[in-house]
Amino acid sequence: MRPARSSPARTGLVHLALIVWTIVALSPVILILMNSFKSRAGIFREPLMPPTGSTFSMIGYQTVLGEGHFIRYFGNSLIVTLVSIFFVLLFGAMAAFALSEYRFRLNTALGLFLALGIMIPIRLGTIGILQMMAASGLVDTHLALILVYTAQGIPLAVFILAEFMQQVSADLKNAARIDGLSEYTIFFRLVLPLVRPAMATVAVFTMIPIWNDLWFPLILAPGESTRTVTLGAQLFLGQFVTNWNAVLSALSLAILPVLILYFIFSRQLIRGITAGAVK
Amino acid sequence: MASLALEKVTKSFGKTDVIKGVDLDVREGEFIVFVGPSGCGKSTLLRIIAGLEDQTSGHVRIGDQVVDAVPPAKRGIAMVFQSYALYPHLNVRGNMGLALKQEGIPKAEIEARIKKAADILALDALLDRRPSELSGGQRQRVAIGRAIVRQPKLFLFDEPLSNLDAALRVNTRIEIAKLHRLLGATLVYVTHDQTEAMTLADRIVVLNGGRIEQVGSPMELYKNPANLFVAGFIGSPKMNFIGGAIAAEHGAQTLGIRPENLEIAADGPWSAMVSHVEHLGSDTYVYVEMAEHGLIAARIVGEALHQPGEMVRLKPVPEFLHLFDENGLALPRPA
Repeated sequence: MRPARSSPARTGLVHLALIVWTIVALSPVILILMNSFKSRAGIFREPLMPPTGSTFSMIGYQTVLGEGHFIRYFGNSLIVTLVSIFFVLLFGAMAAFALSEYRFRLNTALGLFLALGIMIPIRLGTIGILQMMAASGLVDTHLALILVYTAQGIPLAVFILAEFMQQVSADLKNAARIDGLSEYTIFFRLVLPLVRPAMATVAVFTMIPIWNDLWFPLILAPGESTRTVTLGAQLFLGQFVTNWNAVLSALSLAILPVLILYFIFSRQLIRGITAGAVK
Repeated sequence: MASLALEKVTKSFGKTDVIKGVDLDVREGEFIVFVGPSGCGKSTLLRIIAGLEDQTSGHVRIGDQVVDAVPPAKRGIAMVFQSYALYPHLNVRGNMGLALKQEGIPKAEIEARIKKAADILALDALLDRRPSELSGGQRQRVAIGRAIVRQPKLFLFDEPLSNLDAALRVNTRIEIAKLHRLLGATLVYVTHDQTEAMTLADRIVVLNGGRIEQVGSPMELYKNPANLFVAGFIGSPKMNFIGGAIAAEHGAQTLGIRPENLEIAADGPWSAMVSHVEHLGSDTYVYVEMAEHGLIAARIVGEALHQPGEMVRLKPVPEFLHLFDENGLALPRPA
């Protein structure tokens, strides 16, 4: 007897769709990874083939790591990304707490104003931002990027976290108030741990665009000392000659840190995305 | 000395008036129950007493101190919530001790108070567990324990039994009554369940639409409801209301009679048709359809053999008739 709620045909179709989608999503990544382990000739002659005995080569990685600056670029990317995530989560959560917890005039208007940032891309303000950074002498500093990315990440953070914080039991916060805890203690010790899955979700959604961004590093911090990995990889893209081995190896390496961060957050993330969908 | 006093307390959210002027004196050691339908403002009133909500006007006095501008933690109160509201990151001991730690009470004293409360509530074995490892009833006991250790002047209970299943609810109700006798503390308890109110309270405060309808001991409210609302709210099944000619005979707009004061007797003055019978074992509820007056419930002790569709005659016990005027206010009983 077949279980009532599944049929092989339907299950098969669902899996087929998922498999196709997985292939579409992963194939560029796999292509990059494969070719990063091939010699230049191998890349050009058979771009879609996995590395074989004759085409295998570590020359790309040797170039990238031998270049010496790349470790620093990684460091820059990590500093900028992690510090930005930290500020986005801190300020986003604080704003979300205020919006969801306190009744005050213009509460809704302020919430909408903050959410506006989700719809209006921050890049529209690039010229203004550049002028500001130049005027305050922040060009070519980590701080310039961190400030911009924090601003870029906060709207989504407020939006998501406010939604989750509303679900934290009002009784719990009131019990804490009666027990004499300050609003800060309530926020940091009670509410934040309870919205941890949402924080992880926000962290991942914030992290990926920052890590991958080319625009702002190129404009605000192109200098050698503050260059990020994505910008650094462009060094190998020449106008006439492109060192594909190095580019592909740099990109492959750039995947690693995000992947590690993602795994750190992912356990929480799944709970975050599905929370509310199922009780 | 009043241990809690409300003076002309009002509360409005924007243009909506939730509490419309409440005056109340609670005596030392009294068990007061606020009861009313949902939306009557009973929880808001409790939150105003706790200081979690600011009243729009009026004063709250706890002991001999006006506490209008005193934060919740400094009011000398402790509150038990419907959802227990235990701190998920602390174990039972931590939950009970947190407020005391905040007050700066020495460790040994905290330990002693937790020990005492745990003895009273049989929580000894659970002190190192987290809330997530406790059952609903245990969580409720921890929430009560958290209130006891503070040795407050005033206990506030916000629908503490609503999340428990029926059997546990009856047990916990008895526990709470015992606890009140043991501690002798003043206690304000909010519920929408009139059975809880009747069984626990020294005095019941019936609230409706942000106003106090009546204050009195459970039996006072039961025997002498001041108006139609209280008459209909207290007691289960509800009091029957009969209007029209029958009420007019007694010089009233509405006549009320509780189900247990109706007999089915051949010489009864009212004729009706049985529409439904509920057998509870100890009692039988006979629901009859009376022309013009709708469904009327009669409560017969023991087993009563009536069938739907049967015509019966109802006989009210005259000394238990309640009379109400056109404004729904109770009229003096006919002698």
